[in-house]
This record gives sequence, structure tokens and C-alpha cells, in this order.
Amino acid sequence: MKQMNWNELPHAGSILKAGNANEYKTGSWRSLKPRWIEENCIQCLFCWIYCPDSAVSVKDEKMTGFDYDHCKGCGVCAMECPGKKGNKAIVMEEEGK
Amino acid sequence: MSTPTQENPLTLKALTHKPVHLTGGHRMCSGCGAPTIVRQVLMAIDEPVVIANATGCLEVSTCLFPYTAWQVPWMHSAFENAAATASGIETMYRSLRKQGKLKKEMKFIAFGGDGGTYDIGFQALSGAMERGHQLLYICYDNGAYMNTGIQRSSATPFGADTTTQPVGSKIQGKTQRRKDLTRIMAAHNVAYAAQASPHNWKDLMTKVRKALATNGPAYMGVVSPCNRGWRSQTNDSILLSRLAVETCYWPLYEVQDGKWTINYDPKDRKKPITEWLKPQGRFKHLFAPGNEALLARFQELVDQDWESLKKLQEMSKS
Repeated sequence: MKQMNWNELPHAGSILKAGNANEYKTGSWRSLKPRWIEENCIQCLFCWIYCPDSAVSVKDEKMTGFDYDHCKGCGVCAMECPGKKGNKAIVMEEEGK
Repeated sequence: MSTPTQENPLTLKALTHKPVHLTGGHRMCSGCGAPTIVRQVLMAIDEPVVIANATGCLEVSTCLFPYTAWQVPWMHSAFENAAATASGIETMYRSLRKQGKLKKEMKFIAFGGDGGTYDIGFQALSGAMERGHQLLYICYDNGAYMNTGIQRSSATPFGADTTTQPVGSKIQGKTQRRKDLTRIMAAHNVAYAAQASPHNWKDLMTKVRKALATNGPAYMGVVSPCNRGWRSQTNDSILLSRLAVETCYWPLYEVQDGKWTINYDPKDRKKPITEWLKPQGRFKHLFAPGNEALLARFQELVDQDWESLKKLQEMSKS
């Protein structure tokens, strides 16, 4: 975002564009990356309801993958993933491998 | 209106159609429990909502000028007055409705951490509850001033290592027991008081709807794991909130019209408190040789609170 001059700042420091933090990418914080293994996914949506960063994408009531622009790689999704027959549908992998 | 209905069921599939009111890109720590709680709370509500936020992790990290992660009207004024700010907004709303300038039904929520709720914001909260404003105050309780570097608060559990009560040769963490704010709020005879945990999203969201459907002030305490302050892993916030409930450290219950209801009773599957303490580095010293008595004391405190809660439920029956 462009730096504002004092005379461009909104009155009282109000932020007029709701949810513009979405433009700020926190994905670079990540050292571990979640990988979705679709065949093990039972679409329980636990990853989605527990994600602190709104970084699990859903479409038509189904989990469709991750928003890597915002995912901080905490691993809560992989931890809570029940998977199928003991095989997790989300695994954490080292970033850059 | 705010209670679960057929058109508005509390299932994850149905909830995926709700707009996300807290976006990504906020600067809460990786694996923090608080944004999960906020997302669940906002998803439970259908009406337009206005948020007041006390100073704390949630406030500073979701609203770094010129960015905000909130998709709803949101206001921060100071550390101690989230409840007073929300009271003012709610009063203005009632006035505008009376004047016929506003037709919509709206809801009002104040968020505060345990520092801004148990300690610094306590008198504002107590006042707002006593005056009977139509608002819901939600405390996300991580048990210390995590934002400024893990200083003890009156919500910090017994024995926890904090930077202002560090473990040394004489003192083994916090020597006092924690304040039970949910019960203090119930003692204000508020319309609704409850404890919830983000691992049980359905229970939490049902409680938010119940709280907002009541005719009066409501309070909710929600356990919010903090991996920085609790010295745990980034991936265990939901696990630790579940264990807090299963060990009865953080029982799920609600108080409405003087009736106490325990929402989850593990009965004979109640886990020993060590299961919750062990993954947390802030309690590491309790497991050191010579500190067995402190560990036993922690269990004793949890058991005392749990037993008295069951008695309150029993007494308020019928």
C-alpha cells in the first residue's frame, strides 16, 4: 500500500475499506506448508472452521485447498484433520522442499 | 430470530455460505486461538453487528493502520473501556430507533482479552452489565497479558510461569489462584452468562445466538490458547482448548434465568489435569522433582471448582 501524506489520512484514523487486511500477505511467515491429499479428505470441514487465518478455501460446501497468500503454516488444520482410515488428508511439509 | 432455525442451521456445510467477517492477512501469531473464536462468533450472527474491541492482541493485530481485517463496523478506544464503548454505541442505536432514523435490528458485541476484561476493563464491564445494555461481551481468555510479553493477569492459572511471576528458586510461578469471572458475571444477574471453547464450535455458536436473543446483557468467557505464552506448539490450539474442557479446567456451562446448566460433563472420563498441563512449557516446573505438592494442589483447585459447579447446577434445577 502506498504511504499516505498527513493530508490524505482519513479523519480520526478511520479505515474506510473494510477487510483490506486481505491485501496484506502473511504467507511469507510460513516455514511449514499444508498439503491437501484429496483422496483422504472426507469433507468434514474441520480445517475450515478451525483455521485462524481464513486460509482454507471452500466452494459449494466443499474444501477446495489453501489460500497460501495468507496461510501462516501453524498446522492446526493438519492436527485436527481426521482423515480417512487413519490417513490424514492434510500433511505439513517443509517450505521450499 | 437469533436462535437456530431450519433456514439457518448450525452445520458446517450451511455455514460455508456465510460471509467471512474476519479476513486473512491479520497479524495474529501463527496458530493463535483468538481469530478462530472471532470467526466462529461472527459466523453465528445473521443481523448486522457492531464490534467494540479492548486493547489487546486481537485489537492491535487485526487493525494495523491502514489495514483492518474486520468486515463489520469496529471500534477501539482504550484498554479499559470496551464495555463502556459498546454501551455507548448501543445507547445511540436505541436513540436512533426511537427517533425513527434507524429501522434495522442490530447486535452489539465487545471483545476483550483477559487483561482487558478481568483486570483493566473490569469496572466498565461490571457497569455495563449492571445497567443492562443489550450487548454481548466476549472475553477470549489466554490467561496473561500476552500482547505485551506474558505478564500475569488475574486470569492466569495457579502455578503458571509468567514474566512478572517467573519461576525461580523461591517462587514456582503464580502463587494465587485465578479469578472466576464467569461466575462473577453470573452474580451480576445478567440475562446470559456462559463459558465456551473454540474446539466445540457448535456449542460456542449456539451460545452466541442464545446470548444475542436474550433481552439484556450477556457475557461469554472463551478459552483461547496462546502458543507463545503457554509455551506450546503452533498446531495445538484446538487440542489444548479441548483438553481444557475434558480436564474440567474450563467447563462448558451456561447460566440463564438463574439456572446453571453444564453443557459437557465428562463423568468418569474426566481427564487428570496433568494432560492439559504437560504440553505447556509454562507449567514445566510443576513436573520437576519436589513440586509434586503444587501439581496436586492444581488438581485440587480444578476439582473444587468442578464440584461446586455441579452443585450449582443441582441447586438451580426445577
